[in-house]
Amino acid sequence: MTTLLDRPARRQPSTSPVRAPARRTGRFGDLAAHLFLVGWAALVTAPLLWAVLSSLKTDREILTSPWTVPATPRFDNWSRAWGEASIGSYFLNSAIVVGSALVLTMLLGALVAYALARYSFPGNRLLYHLFVAGLLFPVFLALVPLFFVVRQLGLLGTYSGLILVYTAYALPFTVFFLHGFFRSLPSALAEAAFLDGCSHWGVLFRVMLPLARPGLVSIAIFNFLGLWNQYLLPLVLNPDPDRYVLAQGLAALSVSQGYRSDWSGLFAGLTIAMLPVLAAYVLFQRQIRTGLTAGAVR
Amino acid sequence: MAALRHGKYRFLAGAILPGLLLYAVFVLSPYAQAFYLALTDWTGVSGQVEIVGLDNFRRLVDDPLFLAALRNNGLLLLVVPAATIGLGLLLAALVNFGGRRGSTMVGGVRGGEFYKVAYFFPQLLSLPIIAVLWQFVYHPNEGVLNGVLRAVGLDFLARTWLGDPHLALWAVAGVLVWSSVGFYMVLFSAAMESIPRDVLEAAVLDGAGRLAVLRRVVLPLVRENVQVAFVYLGVLALDGFAVVQVMTVGPGGPDGSTEVIGLGLYRNAFTYGRFGYAAAMGVALFFLTLALAVVALRAGRREQVELS
Repeated sequence: MTTLLDRPARRQPSTSPVRAPARRTGRFGDLAAHLFLVGWAALVTAPLLWAVLSSLKTDREILTSPWTVPATPRFDNWSRAWGEASIGSYFLNSAIVVGSALVLTMLLGALVAYALARYSFPGNRLLYHLFVAGLLFPVFLALVPLFFVVRQLGLLGTYSGLILVYTAYALPFTVFFLHGFFRSLPSALAEAAFLDGCSHWGVLFRVMLPLARPGLVSIAIFNFLGLWNQYLLPLVLNPDPDRYVLAQGLAALSVSQGYRSDWSGLFAGLTIAMLPVLAAYVLFQRQIRTGLTAGAVR
Repeated sequence: MAALRHGKYRFLAGAILPGLLLYAVFVLSPYAQAFYLALTDWTGVSGQVEIVGLDNFRRLVDDPLFLAALRNNGLLLLVVPAATIGLGLLLAALVNFGGRRGSTMVGGVRGGEFYKVAYFFPQLLSLPIIAVLWQFVYHPNEGVLNGVLRAVGLDFLARTWLGDPHLALWAVAGVLVWSSVGFYMVLFSAAMESIPRDVLEAAVLDGAGRLAVLRRVVLPLVRENVQVAFVYLGVLALDGFAVVQVMTVGPGGPDGSTEVIGLGLYRNAFTYGRFGYAAAMGVALFFLTLALAVVALRAGRREQVELS
């Protein structure tokens, strides 16, 4: 959509006669710039492309002809990885844990951020700083005690344990981000709703959350990727191989004796792990990029 | 109105308490406990905890593997942020000002959008998955890196990337840079796009060349983003756990040449059961991270004073 709109505007200068001389002198610079840009693009895409191609080859083909398209695409590698190597169930585990944690994070995070941003009460600043302080500490600091807290609660190696911990660690940034967002919303609408007899919950769910939609979408994308890519927390808190999440399971496969030599199977697993992210990226690339980078500067 | 005010505190409790409870149990209390555990000799058996003061920290200073980890994280800290920010700035500048279009003659290159899309993608993959991929790329015989080098006649450059103690850490740093550049390129690019056109036009009218415009106008205006990038990348370099744990031999090898603090912490806690000692490593890592943030913020403040 946007690219279609951009195109005519961008082409204009080159057709206008006044710019023509400038264009000629710039040609060498343009070429060097393009060479460098293409070079980095190749460096980024080549390993990924290699992995996808290899996932459709036999082990022999991977070794002898790394750059050709496979003679016959071997989708059985994919089904072997999905079934025998359990990538399928790891995928499902990830979906369950990340999906639930995301919903919980958005709900609790939005509630806390909204209450702290739009209501004044004693202890407000303290609570806000308490939440934001979580951003300062490396997760490694909490790792050992966290393991025992989770074990004490009987949640080690369970979905609910992971979901709760994921949510707890996603809260500081979610609260921080949405707090700023709720503050920036105009208060006239909320006041009008209060005068019309709306309750606190009504104002939140009918007026403020719809207004905050862009912020909620950004932070949801940010959290989804962050949670989907978790590795350290499941590694420590989720020792049961049947419950491995995707990244954890794939990493374990790559070092396990049985699969170490099964290159095509591992490449297939790798490709299966990358494809949904790629698909989501192709569909929403603009939102994802702006969402993630906006998250960083805040 | 009184009714509404009465309802206010009920509402606030309902909105804040669930999140706060979760946060207190799984985040705040472990952080607080870590500082206490670091002063004990706990091995995980309940009832057998003795406070040993700073003993754990004294042992850390004599632990050759921990010292190797400090060195390696230090090297990553020197290399990864600088290389990533440098490449990110260069690529962003090329995409935004590499072409000559528009009245300023400093316009974006054609296909700039495509480059951003391609560069950004690795950011979306999790580090362990990237590490699995690069483990294959670096493979001495079947890996694509040596394959490409041999194909273009550079056989003498082919190496056992992860098996050579002098190269393994650089291989790790390479993966971290590879995976991060796109993100920071897009971040810097957005900052560059938001620079008002007339500022650039004014500079060009004053006779500034393209490089001068970049150095004197663009760079100062994206400085704040560079600072943010430095903090984030510094934290990444002080971590390095996922890539090292999945990709390197050992992991952490060969000969501790890719050992990082997080890996030592993980091994001491969950392989050897030295929980007190591991907690001390966590505390050390915390203070390093804190120092990094303070240094970055201080540097920022000084620059702002200079500007005004």
